[in-house]
Amino acid sequence: MSSPADTSETGALSRRTFLKVSTAAGGGLMLGFHVPAFAQDAPKPTKYVLNPNAFIAIAPDGKVAFQIPQEEMGQGVYTSLSQLLADELDVDFANVTPLPAPPVDALYGSPRSHRMSTGGSTSIRSFYTALRQVGASGRAMMVAAAAQQWKVDPATLRTENGQVIDDAHGGRKLSYGELAPRAAKLPAPQDVTLKADKDLKLIGKSVKRLDTPGKVNGKAQYGIDVRMDGLKIAALAASPVVGGKVAHVDASKLPQGVQLVQLEDIVAVVGTHYWAAKKGLDSLTIRWDDGENGKYDSARMWHEIRETSAKDGVLAKEEGDAKKALAAKDTDKLDVAYELPFLSHAPMEPQNFTVHVKDGGCEMWGGSQVQTSAVAAAAKALNTAPEKINFHNQMLGGGFGRRLDTDMVTKSVRIAEKVDGPVKVIWSREEDIRQDMYRPAYRNVMSASLDRNGKITAWTHRIAGGAVSVRMSGKPLKGGLDRGSLEGATENNYGVPNFRVEYIETPPKALNVGYWRGVAPNNNVFATESLMDELALKAGKDPVAFRLAQLDGTPRLKAVVQMVAQRSNWGGALPKRAGRGICAQFCFGTYIATVCEAEVADNGEVKIRQVHAVIDPGRVVNPDTLMAQVQGGLMFGFTAALYGDITVKDGRVQQRNFNDYRIMRMNEAPPIDVHIIASHEAPGGIGEPGCTAGPPSLVNAIAAATGIRLRKLPIDRDILAGRKIA
Amino acid sequence: MVTLQINGQSHTVDAPDDMPLLWVLRDLVGLTGTKFGCGIAQCGACTVHLDGKAVRSCMLPVGSIGNRAITTIEAIGDTPTGARVQKAWLDIEVVQCGYCQSGQIMSATALLNRTPNPDDSDIDAAMAGNICRCGTYVRIRQAIKNAAKTV
Repeated sequence: MSSPADTSETGALSRRTFLKVSTAAGGGLMLGFHVPAFAQDAPKPTKYVLNPNAFIAIAPDGKVAFQIPQEEMGQGVYTSLSQLLADELDVDFANVTPLPAPPVDALYGSPRSHRMSTGGSTSIRSFYTALRQVGASGRAMMVAAAAQQWKVDPATLRTENGQVIDDAHGGRKLSYGELAPRAAKLPAPQDVTLKADKDLKLIGKSVKRLDTPGKVNGKAQYGIDVRMDGLKIAALAASPVVGGKVAHVDASKLPQGVQLVQLEDIVAVVGTHYWAAKKGLDSLTIRWDDGENGKYDSARMWHEIRETSAKDGVLAKEEGDAKKALAAKDTDKLDVAYELPFLSHAPMEPQNFTVHVKDGGCEMWGGSQVQTSAVAAAAKALNTAPEKINFHNQMLGGGFGRRLDTDMVTKSVRIAEKVDGPVKVIWSREEDIRQDMYRPAYRNVMSASLDRNGKITAWTHRIAGGAVSVRMSGKPLKGGLDRGSLEGATENNYGVPNFRVEYIETPPKALNVGYWRGVAPNNNVFATESLMDELALKAGKDPVAFRLAQLDGTPRLKAVVQMVAQRSNWGGALPKRAGRGICAQFCFGTYIATVCEAEVADNGEVKIRQVHAVIDPGRVVNPDTLMAQVQGGLMFGFTAALYGDITVKDGRVQQRNFNDYRIMRMNEAPPIDVHIIASHEAPGGIGEPGCTAGPPSLVNAIAAATGIRLRKLPIDRDILAGRKIA
Repeated sequence: MVTLQINGQSHTVDAPDDMPLLWVLRDLVGLTGTKFGCGIAQCGACTVHLDGKAVRSCMLPVGSIGNRAITTIEAIGDTPTGARVQKAWLDIEVVQCGYCQSGQIMSATALLNRTPNPDDSDIDAAMAGNICRCGTYVRIRQAIKNAAKTV
């Protein structure tokens, strides 16, 4: 059995083995990783400080390790951020190993937020320039070290593939491995010049991902795979009702050899393996004190959302005077409401954390999208200082926003406090789905009017939904406005002269809400692009032509719409009950237009025939990864539209596993064509745009196929089969 | 005590007969490449081979296995088909988070051993039991076809 320190290998070098191997090989110092063990207390920098030593380590043999501040959860960030560093540092990509950066906000926090967090499609947007500068600064240190050693002007030297070359002296060379000990003692230049676009070798290229070899041979280690001597395994049942407590546990049938852990709101059984723990948990009869939330069900929750959404909201955006324009006499007006359900994240790796409580703190292993918040959560649970928490972050078997929360850390630490030695706490799939931080349910109350030429004259959109920021911070909204609920609603891409967006909070009582892949645009793009299609119909115009006529102020969006119409053969013949639907969106800094082609059977079943997406994300780091994210994001969104629905009865989530919380499967997966329009604009996010484009393009396709407008997700097959009226 | 033939080696483990093979592999033998996803044979993350046939190990009691040969993701690359499938996966970068891919590769390898030139409906039938939350299906389908061509 390997020690925990070595188990962070993913077929590549772990941080410790890297340090060990490289030190043994040359016995010398290297550039990098001289990071104070507990720098959490260091003051947060007011501006990003170039600190190559925190990110880059170079071994005497020329092997390079990068500490990557963003978490790898499938989006390819270990590779793409390594491309930024390696290109500017000028090293051979075959020599690069990405490692997870330790949880230190002061060193690895985002240049925007000064906090470590992987979410919101921000990794490339936040780190594009910063990590290029870090790489360039590292390269400059190598050149300076060579100049010092050769006693020449650094301006006469150049670099290539991990070597500094002196052309003026017969092309003599020093490798970065040889130079690293000297370079490590030099100050890091803060004012560096980045490569010109024409000189880039890695950025913009579909280089092979660094994390995938270990993911096809079983060697990649996720949090759930952590093993160590003396490790015990726990299965848990937390109160099925938010705010509920354990009333009574009948453990008379508990088998020998397992430990019962009973907390105020959690029951866990600890055994030598998961099966023993699970059988132990299953042997218990637990009675819960549900509390107030036990009275809630979905009907009551939706009743409250609908009542609240009928009230005036807080103004989020106003151009012109939409209320007045809509109230004018003889206005050709449309009033609609769109509703979206609560959703679970359901990453393939169920929640888990391994914790060893000791020495007044703990050592812990697991996958988190928020490394320093995970440390803070553990420290809070143990009522100790963050310095007492030693966290080894692991590869994530999917995040999708679920691991932006730290409830799994807190629960695991609380259980581990009662256990002697290390314990891995594993959520069953049922527990994972029923104890989620759910994508909020939303209701969108909208009105819009058209002029005689079919142009939109006024548009109002009231977003009613739960505010994740309130649940996370525990603090009420300032002025009643949740800024995190607005993206995708307030941009006014179509240049409507009288435009108004409001927000009103509808706090869900019986469910906790969390960030879910696509966050606010999930709701807002669905509402906006559904209404656009309804308006096109009302105006008697083709949905693409209707949009194009109003996109002159947003030329990059116009361009992707034009191109996707071409690539999808928009307007071409289709079989009966098949149709194409378009979605045009600008969110996460990225423009994307999507055409979904869907077919509706007489029994209401929906088949997605094919999908075309054209994306303009500005600068692209790795085109193939970008395409994969759009393909996968679309599938994530389609899955939600086709099946996603978390419902509540007696305060309890009713869905349990993949049989009743369905995920699209291979036989349902359409071909997806993704075309990139690359540009020199600032890079946009790519993890979420596909996800938010899926549902509106599908519902618009269904409307084209059947004439039936679905204003509520997930799609209702009874309505499509004519068994029920919309 | 139960004796199992795993990846060509004999392992004797202290496991009750009703313990699913998945947890024996992961918690007792230390082979963590086979993943836990649902526990009710709905997602396929736990797929291994039993005498070359793809099975869901999360609901397979170890007491029912006997001498049949168990192959896991850790050893599938030692078989010609498994190696081809892994290479096809890497060639077109199928993988995102990767958590389901052990199971996907085991199912795909069993498919190709049985049906060397699968068409789309063969692929649908063989792979529909394996969920990928990252939505890599488009690439899985292509990689299976590519692997079939390299025989």
